[in-house]
Amino acid sequence: MPNQTASALAAAPSAPKPATRASLPLAWLGVVPFFAFATLFLILPTLDLMIGAFQTPTGGFTLDNIARLNQPTIISAYKISIQVSLASALLGALIGFFLAHAAVSGGLPAWIRPTLTTFSGVASNFAGIPLAFAFLATLGRAGLVTILLRDLFGFNLYGAGFNLLSFWGLAITYLYFQIPLMVLILMPALDGLKKEWGEAAAILGATKAQYWRHVALPVLWPSLLGATLLLFANAFGAVATAYALTGSSLNIVPILLYAQIRGDVLHDPHLGYALALGMILITGFSNVAYIWLRTRSERWLK
Amino acid sequence: MKTSRLGAWIAVIIGALYFLVPLAATVEFSLKKRRGEYSFDAYAVVLQDPRFLQSFSYSISVAIATIVVGVLIAVPTAYVIRLRLPQLRPFVEFVTLLPLVIPAIVIVFGYLRLYNSSSWLPFTSSARATDLLLVFGYATLALPYMYRSVDTGLRAIDVKTLTEAAESLGASWWTILFRVILPNVRVAVLSGAFLTFAIVIGEFTLASLLNRPAFGPYLQNIGANRAYEPSALAIIAFIVTWACMGLIQVIGRGARGSSAGTR
Repeated sequence: MPNQTASALAAAPSAPKPATRASLPLAWLGVVPFFAFATLFLILPTLDLMIGAFQTPTGGFTLDNIARLNQPTIISAYKISIQVSLASALLGALIGFFLAHAAVSGGLPAWIRPTLTTFSGVASNFAGIPLAFAFLATLGRAGLVTILLRDLFGFNLYGAGFNLLSFWGLAITYLYFQIPLMVLILMPALDGLKKEWGEAAAILGATKAQYWRHVALPVLWPSLLGATLLLFANAFGAVATAYALTGSSLNIVPILLYAQIRGDVLHDPHLGYALALGMILITGFSNVAYIWLRTRSERWLK
Repeated sequence: MKTSRLGAWIAVIIGALYFLVPLAATVEFSLKKRRGEYSFDAYAVVLQDPRFLQSFSYSISVAIATIVVGVLIAVPTAYVIRLRLPQLRPFVEFVTLLPLVIPAIVIVFGYLRLYNSSSWLPFTSSARATDLLLVFGYATLALPYMYRSVDTGLRAIDVKTLTEAAESLGASWWTILFRVILPNVRVAVLSGAFLTFAIVIGEFTLASLLNRPAFGPYLQNIGANRAYEPSALAIIAFIVTWACMGLIQVIGRGARGSSAGTR
């Protein structure tokens, strides 16, 4: 009796609607390549590394690799990485915000905005090694700006303590793609600030500061914070620019990991896996926060 | 009101300077190879270097292969999700965003551990197989951009009606996908393709760690050994990026694609 019911239930949906039954497996078949691809080239390699971070060389479980991250070189690498990423993200967000705001509601000629969008699209994709070359030609010891400052103003940039191959040098270089990225992300959010809100606030006697404090920023903050987090993750994972600019003279996590993969500088692959795990956790956290904040901010941007 | 417009001008001018000064400096520096006068000597050296042509054409082939793989994966998936399996959408979108979360260096480190020459899938055992792994790796890095472009393109057309019309005319799913849907989203696919190209052409991390003779590692090598040639190469790379973005603008006029986040 139960068997009959089961087979009757199984047969029932197929009888009136053969079409859906025939097309359903085909639909699932359509996403098989995607999931196979994502599993093989994205999920498995990452999971394998994360598992490796908790393994001894013989394959047993251990927390020792994580514990051994606590050594001066590695701690300072994480520290400098976080500082550089934070500095370039915060400055990029601030400057990008003013730039996007100027283009969206600064009352500038109409051609400014599409031009800015195009230039931002190019600059945000102009990263990696060529970017490092460009900044060496600009702010390096023989760079144009360095020489102009010396010849025209008698100001010795490097004498004043600046060095392109250092913390601030890297942060300034990263800003070249961080600012445009911020502009691209923020423009739609600024479009969502309705003109009527500003007018309504003005009619009620609000000052500009009050408008920003009580109307604009409460609407914008998820976008602002979210975009800043994305910029942070963007800088944190970058290898090529830093490597071409500073070689291995600046001790940041991606460079340390690169050196580890190339030549096992930590003399322990499993410590390398733990290092990678730390990177995934940091960029993962900031990206998840970004996605969460973006869904919050989209409520206002209809 | 006047002061705010002044502030806006100042912001835009500072932004423009930040964008243009490094470019101007790079152009100027790239012309200084000959002592005392401007010349294109650095460009001549670069363009006559056989390794430049080899690595550049290698990267172009890899980029084209990456675009093909990306299209073959993104188009059917986005189409099926939109038409038949909308319940999978949040999950698929999450997966396509993962390459922005996991740094490229971590992904390639995973490849080296998982696909070494003594593993079950020894991708790194021969040069050809490593090329393939590089293409798949790049397709992974470009997945967020390719998928989002294609999905945006599909949103703009009536997928359901097109599919039903093709089905009623007896078209196979292959015909529907590649002769009906694909031509209709070609603008979106092309903008995804150019973005992919811009990402792949100068990429360093994957190519270097998989030990392939791509343009990125070549750039790094020149940067470490030469003075003026790197600037010439930076200008060439900039022109390539500019061409890709420009082509996206030209073909996408009206259809707006969005880009967020690089490496």
